[in-house]
Amino acid sequence: MSSILSVFPQLPIADVVEKLTASLTVSGGWFFHGVQVAGSTLTDGITEFLQAVPPVAFILIVVAASYAITRKNKNRILPIFVALGLLLIYNQQLWSPFIDTLSLIILSSLLSILIGVPLGILMSKSNRVQTVITPILDFMQTMPAFVYLIPAVAFFGIGVVPGVFASIIFALPPTVRLTNLGIRQVPQELIEAAEAFGSTEWQKLLKVDLPIARSTIMAGINQTIMLSLSMVVIASMIGAPGLGRDVLSALQRAQVGNGFVAGLGIVVLAIIIDRFAQKLNKKGS
Amino acid sequence: MDSVKIEVKNLTKVFGKNVNDALELSKKNKSKDEIMKKTKSTVAVNNVNFSIYEGEIFVIMGLSGSGKSTLIRLFNRLIEPTAGSIILDGQDISKLAKKDLLEVRRHKMSMVFQNFALFPHRTILDNTSYGLEIRGIDLPERNTIAEKALEQAGLLAYKDQYPHQLSGGMQQRVGLARALANDPEILLMDESFSALDPLIRRDMQDELMELQDKVKKTIVFITHDLNEALKIGDRIAIMKDGEIIQIGTGEDILTNPANDYVCRFVEGVDRTRILSVEHIMSRPHAIINTNKAGIHTAMNQMLHNDNSYLLLTNSQHEFLGYIIDKDTALVIKRKGVAASYQDVVKKNLYTVSFDTPIPKVYKYLLSQELPVVVLEGKKIRGIITRRSIIELLSAVNAPAISEVEAV
Repeated sequence: MSSILSVFPQLPIADVVEKLTASLTVSGGWFFHGVQVAGSTLTDGITEFLQAVPPVAFILIVVAASYAITRKNKNRILPIFVALGLLLIYNQQLWSPFIDTLSLIILSSLLSILIGVPLGILMSKSNRVQTVITPILDFMQTMPAFVYLIPAVAFFGIGVVPGVFASIIFALPPTVRLTNLGIRQVPQELIEAAEAFGSTEWQKLLKVDLPIARSTIMAGINQTIMLSLSMVVIASMIGAPGLGRDVLSALQRAQVGNGFVAGLGIVVLAIIIDRFAQKLNKKGS
Repeated sequence: MDSVKIEVKNLTKVFGKNVNDALELSKKNKSKDEIMKKTKSTVAVNNVNFSIYEGEIFVIMGLSGSGKSTLIRLFNRLIEPTAGSIILDGQDISKLAKKDLLEVRRHKMSMVFQNFALFPHRTILDNTSYGLEIRGIDLPERNTIAEKALEQAGLLAYKDQYPHQLSGGMQQRVGLARALANDPEILLMDESFSALDPLIRRDMQDELMELQDKVKKTIVFITHDLNEALKIGDRIAIMKDGEIIQIGTGEDILTNPANDYVCRFVEGVDRTRILSVEHIMSRPHAIINTNKAGIHTAMNQMLHNDNSYLLLTNSQHEFLGYIIDKDTALVIKRKGVAASYQDVVKKNLYTVSFDTPIPKVYKYLLSQELPVVVLEGKKIRGIITRRSIIELLSAVNAPAISEVEAV
């Protein structure tokens, strides 16, 4: 039986990908180098800015912000949680990696949104684009995240930038998908109304499509942020700084306690970001 | 009235893959079914020709699937025509470049939709000023114009609310105000009143006709309801399978149906629609919610409004009975504060379901002074007075009614 199946020699997929990546690394070297430089400058900028804020001031600002967004429904749980969570992180000597992680997430989420929303809009406007992009998104989401680390290192070396690169690939799909879905779900009659009054394509997009699809798009962005947060540990394997690195080193040394504390820091950050995103979304709609 | 505003020539719309084959067949006057069989394409509008005069209400009537909604969308090219032309003031809309088409949509034609199509994220004022906003008129000016349009619709007080806070009838008034704020020459109304309940629909029809007396727009109105068409249309076009089978005044169509189809349409509509009490009932004014108002309030209301009776309901609008002013006054005099509805309520009033044929109500009205109450389940939908019957009998489409009476 195996003789029939082995009529065809093994296809050299691995070799092809290998060579492709290698030649891309060489031929696109200037490009990747540029991205690398720009990326690290940007991350360094964000990190330095956030590090420059004294922890006390930082905590006060975030608590005040959480108080402000929950003021309407008299919910006091979020500000209290934010205060305790951030104090805990500081208390556990995790402040510096916390800020590193935060800036990694800010950068990769921002880039994901900047790439994802326009891509989603394009997809919603053209069935052809949708047919092409959907399987690519499926691929991006199901391919194990570790696999992205290999070309990321080949292109960008070690550090924050390949971490951000891998995070974006892993975290991008929900924003694209839900932007597409949200716009496609705008009722036909509303689109007709916008057109009947003589809206241009841009006016239709900005005044009707995006505002109506807004909460769906925000749900996608929220998922993207959560996914890029979950990439934190994985990205630390290729040298991205932050809480993930503490988790990784605890794993390598079998230190249960340290691993738990660093993991707890990630959880706190995740909850704060998620609640903020949800509150902001509800507030606007 | 006599100058042609819009001229439609050989207008055709084909949905499907073999558009060209279907178009050839359509030119040879083949029917929708034949073309469907041969080309697997749907001819929604099949080689249609007619003119619409300036300042008239032109009603296009047909059942669902007749192509009427497609036809109205060809006017402003929400749907691109496959062939033929639509000539507005000498300009062929079907051949306009995109930029010129936008101008026509912005200045010459506005549309009112079946399900209102108000933007849920915009306030009533911002909805009304949408057309002005995209024309680039600055905020203070467009708000002034939109407020004026809302005031005429009697909805200025609601300008900062959102569409979902308004009832269907109010939402459609906003839809109309939004269209009028643009000051278009032509109003395209796609089944605009079909989603409203019968009383409100009648009010809106009346309002539209009043408005038309003032503003004299050219109105293209789509409906599937012959009564609505007869009531508001200066001329009516009846559509079937993408073709127009008769154009004429309401009188023409009722007295002189072009073929069997129109004939059956007119008959069928008369039996099922004109005949039911739902269509002649009016809004009850002498009515009070006993869960909210006590008997003293009720007495006061009767004195104040000069009513000799009041219908009683609960908060769910369920009919409970009625009270007479004399009895009520006596009971209040005798019992003072202790008086209650229980002491005077009467129940011996004829009630009918809203789908009851009109002739059945005659005998009830002859045997009682008070109106007949129209119910849906237990809820009050309206009342029938002697006056509603008289008005009906003297209405324009009298031939149809007398025929009905004989049945």
